[in-house]
Amino acid sequence: MATIEISGVSKIFKDAKRKADVTALDDINIKVEKNQFLCLLGPSGCGKSTLLNMIAGFEKPSSGTVTVDGQLITAPGSERGVVFQQANLMPWLPVWENVGFHLLLRGGQKAVRRETAQRYIDMVGLTGFENHYPSELSGGMNQRVGIARALLMNPQVILMDEPFGALDEQTRMDMQNELVRIWQEHQGTIVFVTHGIDEALTLGTHVAVMSARPGRIREIIPLDLPRPRDITSPQFNEIKRHVLDLLRSERTKPSLETLDHS
Amino acid sequence: MRQIVAMLRRLDRYVVPVLILAGWEAFSRSGALPAALLPAPSTVAWAWADWVFGTDGNTQTYSGHWLFDMLASLSRVLAGFAIATALAVSVGVAIGWSRTVEVIIEPTLQTLRPIPPVSWIPLAIIWFGIANKPAIFLVFLGAFFPILLNTIHGVKTCDRNLIRAGAMVGGGNRQLLRFIVLPAALPSIFAGLRIGIGSAWMLTVTAEMVAVKSGLGYVLWDSYYFLRYDLVLAAMASIGLLGFLSDFGIRLVMARVLHWQRNTTIQSGES
Repeated sequence: MATIEISGVSKIFKDAKRKADVTALDDINIKVEKNQFLCLLGPSGCGKSTLLNMIAGFEKPSSGTVTVDGQLITAPGSERGVVFQQANLMPWLPVWENVGFHLLLRGGQKAVRRETAQRYIDMVGLTGFENHYPSELSGGMNQRVGIARALLMNPQVILMDEPFGALDEQTRMDMQNELVRIWQEHQGTIVFVTHGIDEALTLGTHVAVMSARPGRIREIIPLDLPRPRDITSPQFNEIKRHVLDLLRSERTKPSLETLDHS
Repeated sequence: MRQIVAMLRRLDRYVVPVLILAGWEAFSRSGALPAALLPAPSTVAWAWADWVFGTDGNTQTYSGHWLFDMLASLSRVLAGFAIATALAVSVGVAIGWSRTVEVIIEPTLQTLRPIPPVSWIPLAIIWFGIANKPAIFLVFLGAFFPILLNTIHGVKTCDRNLIRAGAMVGGGNRQLLRFIVLPAALPSIFAGLRIGIGSAWMLTVTAEMVAVKSGLGYVLWDSYYFLRYDLVLAAMASIGLLGFLSDFGIRLVMARVLHWQRNTTIQSGES
């Protein structure tokens, strides 16, 4: 059974002021199997974040269904860990309390929370920063805290919404490597939203290439490149060329919204 | 040399008060106004000292009575302020969090808010008599609205993404309120408390001038009848001092509770 099943999902945003409804997503069908690492790749405005938010339970589809392990998604829940675009940490809590936030809400004992949090802090390489506050850390370190917070819940699925988008190139590559390492060590299903082609092809076991307005799945490409992936290898470039073609044909498509694409 | 500079730095906060006192002293002694109408700071200090310590009995019945008067006012401020805080924070969180609660009670509260607390004095006296209660009631009215509005603001401006993060880790409404909304609103709530404590002192003194027979405000008004302007000024200075100290107390608590804000805002280094 697929871990995540998205069937016939559409999302229409009503725009009462302009009396024009915007179709953000149109008839999306995706199956993500257990332990797959799916990257949703597409230009901004293609609805990839909206799709992720539906799996997370933050938004509801206008039609169609999203299920995780057979359960229909209607609300957020701790069996689906989310790593946000901005880390979204509680600024009043030190790193270890943020990582153990799940346990704090469940009323866990302080010693237990501290100990459990420590395991995940070590895992994301933040040992020694347990008592720092988010404002004292760099963006990359805050993202690590966000990842540790999601991992601690031991979720069936981890959903990531351009988590490295705000980081510099060097930090981003480090974080990508670490994410792959953690995923390989602990297994789990990941859905990762990105607009970076290299990022998608470096991380995923599959890439779903999306088109914009209305958001549709162009193609789901399985990636069987060996890891660690070499972004300069011929195989890598071959797939990249294919993805670029998909995105390019999308761009030259005559469209009323051409102006928006500039 | 550097030590001297450092010492002068620490003195900078005293420059303005000292200049004002010195200028006032000089003006009073110059005889431009009859000494009885504008007592010099030294005269005020003399009366104040007797009021506090009973040094030479120049304040007659008030001699050595200051602590009692001060505690009378302080207890009213604390009682009214505590009730206002408890009520305003809980009602404010409810209004900020729930659209239904907002629709049901906010218009009423916003209609009551512009009514000056002082205009409640007649009713307060009828309802509560001449004693502590009308004063506490007035203090409550004065402190309630600033705390309420700031609490509502703090709750409403809570980052939606933090709520999402809380829902993601499995928090229900109650936990989101307790662990996210409330801590996020604390900086605003403290701003409200600081405004509220100021109103609380203003209204205690007002109430004491009209409806109560004890406290700093009563001494102030009573001394006016006896033409003891030095004591009037000593009472004013006492109120100012206590207001300053209670605000300082709130700031100390705030610095502890909001220590996570250190180095993230302009006020960062302030204590």
